[in-house]
Order: sequence, then structure tokens, then C-alpha cells
Amino acid sequence: MTDFRTRAAEWLAANKPPAIEGRSREDIVPMAKDFQAKLYDAGFAGITWPAAYGGQGLGQAELLAYNSVAKDYDLPDGPFIIGMGMCGPTILDLGTEEQKQRYVKPMLRGEEIWCQLFSEPGAGSDVASLQTKAVRDGDGWILNGQKVWTTNAQFADFGCVLARTNPDVPKHGGITMFIIDMHDPGVSVRPLRVMTGNAPFNEVFFTDVHIPGDNVLGAVNDGWRAAVTMLGHERVSIGTSVGPKSDPLAFSSLLETARRDGRDKDPAVRQTLAELYVHQRELQLLTIRMRQEAMAGKAIGARGSVAKLVGAQVANHGADVAGTVEGPTAVAWDSSDAAAAELATSVVGVPGIGIAGGTNEVQKNIIGERVLGLPKEPQVDRDVPFRELKVGTQRGE
Amino acid sequence: MDLLLSQEQEDLRASVRKFFQDQVPMSRVRAVVDGADYDGDLWKRMTGELGLAGLAVPESYGGAGAGHVERSIVLEEMGRALLPSSFFSSAVLAADTLLALDDEDARAGLLPRIASGDLLATVAVAEKTARWDSTVDTKATESGDGWVLDGRKNLVIDGQTAAAIIVYADSGFFLVDGDASGLTRTPLVSLDPTRRIARLDFAATPAKKLASADPAAVLAKIADLAAVALAAEQVGGLARTMEMTVDYAKIRVQFGRLIGSYQAVKHGCVDSYVDWELTSSVLRYAAWVADNQPDELPTAAALVRASVSPAYFQVAARTIQLHGGIGYTWEHDAHLYYKRAKSAEQLFGTVLDQRETLADRLGI
Repeated sequence: MTDFRTRAAEWLAANKPPAIEGRSREDIVPMAKDFQAKLYDAGFAGITWPAAYGGQGLGQAELLAYNSVAKDYDLPDGPFIIGMGMCGPTILDLGTEEQKQRYVKPMLRGEEIWCQLFSEPGAGSDVASLQTKAVRDGDGWILNGQKVWTTNAQFADFGCVLARTNPDVPKHGGITMFIIDMHDPGVSVRPLRVMTGNAPFNEVFFTDVHIPGDNVLGAVNDGWRAAVTMLGHERVSIGTSVGPKSDPLAFSSLLETARRDGRDKDPAVRQTLAELYVHQRELQLLTIRMRQEAMAGKAIGARGSVAKLVGAQVANHGADVAGTVEGPTAVAWDSSDAAAAELATSVVGVPGIGIAGGTNEVQKNIIGERVLGLPKEPQVDRDVPFRELKVGTQRGE
Repeated sequence: MDLLLSQEQEDLRASVRKFFQDQVPMSRVRAVVDGADYDGDLWKRMTGELGLAGLAVPESYGGAGAGHVERSIVLEEMGRALLPSSFFSSAVLAADTLLALDDEDARAGLLPRIASGDLLATVAVAEKTARWDSTVDTKATESGDGWVLDGRKNLVIDGQTAAAIIVYADSGFFLVDGDASGLTRTPLVSLDPTRRIARLDFAATPAKKLASADPAAVLAKIADLAAVALAAEQVGGLARTMEMTVDYAKIRVQFGRLIGSYQAVKHGCVDSYVDWELTSSVLRYAAWVADNQPDELPTAAALVRASVSPAYFQVAARTIQLHGGIGYTWEHDAHLYYKRAKSAEQLFGTVLDQRETLADRLGI
């Protein structure tokens, strides 16, 4: 283990990842692909993935050892996080032998970028209300509809898409997951600008997209199970992710800001900062404890939602404190003040954290029902055929 | 850093929990609340059969030589059971103080009796506020071949019953007999009826000086260890109130549904559960630090109190709210935890004091 860690540390030090600060996501893609290929060749991509499909076939301990070294770098891994965090593990779980052989290794080598197409304008937290449909066309399928909040769609080669394949059964029963070629002429991608002013997400439109029959991931009309599998991988991925090297909303950054502006001796600022430290340290210690439990072989399961929920709450607290600590430059700053701009972007980015990947309210339902064993909210649509439902923006056809 | 418990530690928790469940039902706690004397037989069994008072006392002084992680586990279970006990005053405060002082005679004379449970001791520091400040008004004066104390100590835990009282005065630590002349012990009405608190007045009270090279450093250390110990009690109480609420939400029906199926109630239960996950993580860390990283103890001790104190009170208050009317009655146990939470939050200083201390230690 120490050997693996040392090897990773030495390799990263010798092969410094390209600087990504200030560059757009599109700009990063070619250099990210190049770096990922080197990372793969050095044996640090797909650390826990099976060797038969191009992984390293190592354990959780090696992954954590690598992560502990990688956290000191801002690695250009943004284009690959959906593929390696969610699509890849799901293909390994549910894919056919041909699918595993075809897709896994190029994904790990950074040759092909993936996105995940679940959410729709009328189906966010209630994913199973999705309306994008696929109808049989000979051996294959024809896909029509719209997705939203799609990270990395603008440069993705493939996507895992959920579509309705049977509207005559209750909503969870008529969904199928497909692997879709994002270069099909029927796929169009439009950037979606969010409240930070940036466009980290996309809207994706499908017009008569042809999907070969071999591209069903899992079984036809069993897509909900595939979606749950993938969301489970998403939780793990969020829980074990390395995260950015520096966070402007971290206690240490905000203390620095307060010192710079001479506000650090203000009793109210001291109280505020101490309280923020407590909340950030609580989350950090919880994460460490859960990792240690996972390494000791104890399943974390739905408790992973606790870290996701608290992460969003703590981020929100950081944004709240930032204004108190920063003073006037939180409101208006010189165009040359990069630090103030970065802090402002972080503050404005925080509301998205409590929504992305399942809202805080959804996380609380998961924790309440699966960890505490509290009864489920009665679901009125559980047994009703999808076509009879009023869902999202579908106002009864 | 190791935040997981070993199998032996889990076993310790299970056996202590079972003992309290069997021997200290809530009816027994309530008898104390209603004025009954503390149960001497129970103390004998806790200290004799289980050896709890000596758990973290070194073997050379008759204890079991366990660490702060083990002691925090026992304290969690005591907080969970709302155990009215002399453990905190005697086995925590007094034992830690003797171990931190440089007085081998006092250690050899007192610690084995504290560890066996035969001697009940306590420590008196706080004066005008609850904080354990290093500047105090209580005066120690040399008199003949000994010392006398003059002054007033407040919030002395088990101050009314302890047979030996360690007093922090202007020139260090002193040992006073419970029946010394010039000592007036006034039991106070306690917000938390399961914790006995007294005011002590000293008027030319004979005392024995306890040797110490740096009394202020000793005070700082025992205050930090007391913070970790009290936090453990608080986390135990928090866990129990959270579970009471979740259990109730699974059996209580209103509007034709179990109330736990309503998001308003479910999310309240989850908030309490999340508080438990967070505070117990911080507690595991602080207890580990007390055993393994003395340099980090000041920050960890301030952190754990600033984390746990407000959380326990919030969870206890939420417990009453989510139980509805029944939760506000005398017959329900929720108010006992609520009072324990509010009282514990104030011991050694308010939440604002605790954040202030933390800010100091973080170098803000």
C-alpha cells in the first residue's frame, strides 16, 4: 500500500497535470484526454476496476491511497467524472460482455467521454416521470424527447439515456436504459446557463435518433433498476471524490479574507468563523469515519446520503458566512480582483449543490426511509399506468 | 487517526448499556428527580462489579488503565440512561485533576479509593460565571503549618455530597475535607434534576496544598478532558432522544397515517439523526485525540463542545416538538433530557464561550 501511494505521489510529481485554472471546460478537453491516457498507462486509472476490461484490478485501499495523493493537485478529470463515476460502473454491473469489451477501456484511457441523460424538465427529483420515449424500429429503437441538466453533453461521445418504452404500465415499469451515440445527427445539444452566469450543463434534444438493439443497458423495461444502480454509483462517486484543491468557502480561506480586511478581531466575525469551522470539521470527520468504516468492510449504503446532505448544508453555511466576512468586496469589486470574483462565483454556485444529484429533501427521504426505517409517503401514482398520470409539465394528454 | 471502535470497545458499550437498561430503569431516575437519595447499592455495583470508577485510572493506582475512548463510551451510555451518578464529579473531574497535578502523595492516597468507588470526590473551580477561568477570587493563605481558604465556588457538581473537594484557588489547587470547619455547602435547585449542584463557601477553611509546578496548565488540561467527557454524555443523550423520536414516529397514527410518513416529521427525525452522525464523529475524534495527540487536545476539546452542546439541545427540543402534546407532559421522559441538554450546554461556559475558546485556539 505504501508502495502504491509512493508510486502515485512520485508519478504525479513528475508528470504535473496541466493547469486548468481560468480555462473553459471545452478548452480543457484535449489536454485532459492527453493526461488521462498517460494516467492510464502509468496504472492509475480504473484502480478498482476489473483487469479483464482494462482496469487495474486493485482494491479500495489503493484507490484511497491514490486519492490521498491526488487531492494536492487540481487534476483535469472533469470531462471523465460522469463516465468513470456512473456510466462505467453501471456497464460493469449490467452490461453485456460485448458492451464491456467495447466501452470500458476507451473510457478509462480518456478516448471517449460520457454523459448521463436522466433528468427532464418535467422529471427532476421524480426521475421516473420521464417522458422521452423510445419506440421499436425493427431490431433497434427510435428515440424522441428532451433531457436537461446534462453535464458534459457538449463534448460527450456516448451517453446513458433513460427512455419510456411502455406507457401502459405504472411509471417505474416502462423505462429502459440505452447507450446512445451523442454524434447521431438527431442529437442536438444546447448549453444551459445557470445563475453563476456559466453554462456547466446542457439541454439535449432527440429527434428520431436511431439506437441499435445491442445498446440496451440491462433489460428492456427494466431501466428503473439500472437507474437505481447508477444512482448508487453516483453516491459512492460523490462520497469518494477528491474535490477541488482550494475552496473559497472553506474556513481557512474565509479566515484569510477576514485577516486581509482586518475584520478577524471583530467578536461577531470570530463567532461566525468558529461556528463555520465546527460545521466543516464535523463533515470532514464524518467523511473520514465513513471511509474508515467502508475500508473495514462495513456497507455505507444509504448513509452516503448523510454526507451529500450535510455537504450541501455546510456549503450553504459557507456562502452565508462569506458575506459577513468579506464586507464590501462581496458586493462589488474591481474587474482585476480574481479572488473576489472566484469567491462570488462560489457563493452563487452554492444553491445548486442542494439540488444537483437529488435535492436535500430527497436525501432526507432516503435517510428517513432507508436508514431510520420510517414509513414511506403514500405514493398515489405507484400503480397507475403512466399514460394516465399528470406528471411534471405533461398536463393530461 | 482511528475513528472506529474495536470489538472490545463495542463489547464494553454493549455490556454497560445492558447493565444500565436492567439496573437503572427510568423509574429509578424519576425517584431521584422526586427527591430520593442516590442509590448507594447501584454505585457499589457500578464500581465494584463493573469497576467503572477506575476504568480510566492507571493500574498502578488500582484502576483498569483504559483510555479516554473507553471512558467516553461509558459516559455516552450514562448520558443515554440519564444516570444520576457521581461518576462525572469523582471518576472524571477529581481523578483527572489528581493525575495532572505533581502530587504523588495525594495521588497514592486518593486515587485508589476513587477508583474503587469508596471515596466520592469533586473539583470546585467556577465562581461568578460557569467558565473555568484561571483567574479566581478564592484566596489561599498560609496559616501555621497549613493553609486556609476564603471565597465562594459556584456550580460544584456533587459539591453537597463529595467527601473530598479539590479547590482551585489563587495560588493553585487545594484539598478540602467535606466536613472541614468553615465550609458551608448549599445545595442549589438544579435545572437538571438528575445532576446535583452546590455552592460552596469557604471561611478560613483548612486546606491542604496540592503540589503543582504549573497550576494554570493543570486547570487547562482538566478542563479540556472534562469537555470531552461531558460531550460524551451529551452525545449519548442526543442519541437516545433521537431514537425516542424515530420510534414514536413509527407507531403514532394521525390523519390515518403513521406520522413518520409525513415529510415534516420524517425530515425532523433525519435532522436529529444527522446531528447524531456528526457529533458522534467529532466525539470519536476528540476521545482519540485525548489518548493519542495531546497537542491537538485544546482545539479538539473546544471543537467537540461547540459541536455537541447546541446540537443536543436542538435535538432534545425537537424531540418534544415531534411528540406533540404528550412530549410536553411531566409523565413523558423528553423533558428530563431537555433539562439535561440545557444544563450541560451551560456547564463550563455557554455556547458563545465555547466558540470564543475555539476561536482563540484556532488562532483567529
